[in-house]
Amino acid sequence: MAVKVIIPTPLRAYAGKKESVEVQAATVAEALSALTNQYGELKKHLFADDGRLRSFVNVYVNDEDIRYLQKDQTNLREGDTVSIVPSIAGGTGEAA
Amino acid sequence: MNRAPLKVHGEIMRRIHAHGVETYPHECCGALLGRDGDESREVLDLLPLANRRDDSPRNRFEVTPDDVRLAEKTAREKRIELIGWYHSHPDSPARPSEFDREHAWPWYSYIIVSVQKGEPRDTTSWRLHDDRAAYDPEEIETVAHPASIK
Repeated sequence: MAVKVIIPTPLRAYAGKKESVEVQAATVAEALSALTNQYGELKKHLFADDGRLRSFVNVYVNDEDIRYLQKDQTNLREGDTVSIVPSIAGGTGEAA
Repeated sequence: MNRAPLKVHGEIMRRIHAHGVETYPHECCGALLGRDGDESREVLDLLPLANRRDDSPRNRFEVTPDDVRLAEKTAREKRIELIGWYHSHPDSPARPSEFDREHAWPWYSYIIVSVQKGEPRDTTSWRLHDDRAAYDPEEIETVAHPASIK
């Protein structure tokens, strides 16, 4: 089914400068896979080397954080909006 | 990479420093709201945010995705953009750490203020490389008045 993936401003340069991309997907994992197959440069900013979503990359389906749904196996329905939202983290390199 | 300096109004820089002093010895954090043009980028407003890292606030900060969405919404309401983030390094240099790099995206401007013994010192800004390997320093130009962006 067709769903809309909202591209956050910092990543638009790697997605043809588009604000959103429509993909065919039944789950969040499929949607992100379709997106990064289409725009390969996005992959390293979303996924770590082990293939998992980077720890600071969060995904929402409509207004729900997928951590509280079925994570990347969350089912999508026709017309759903998938948003990629970072959490911002950092700090000094010193041990706690 | 040649890039125009990040323009920051003097009053906004004072607010960033004041936030770092207020939360010392913990890290402060917040969103940079402004305009990104072809020839320049300017910070026009701030959204100070709570540091959600209760377990280690002296050397870590975290802005939750809900707060990121709040920052994006606030920028939209002001008809400007979310262009980056600021945070403090208490008693540490104003240089991005490896931990900072692992948790960053390109395009955003990342301002870091070093707060030494409760006093704001060096303030720097950084942009992550496209390949995520390192940061480029971004020159900060403190301006007297917000300028129009080309």
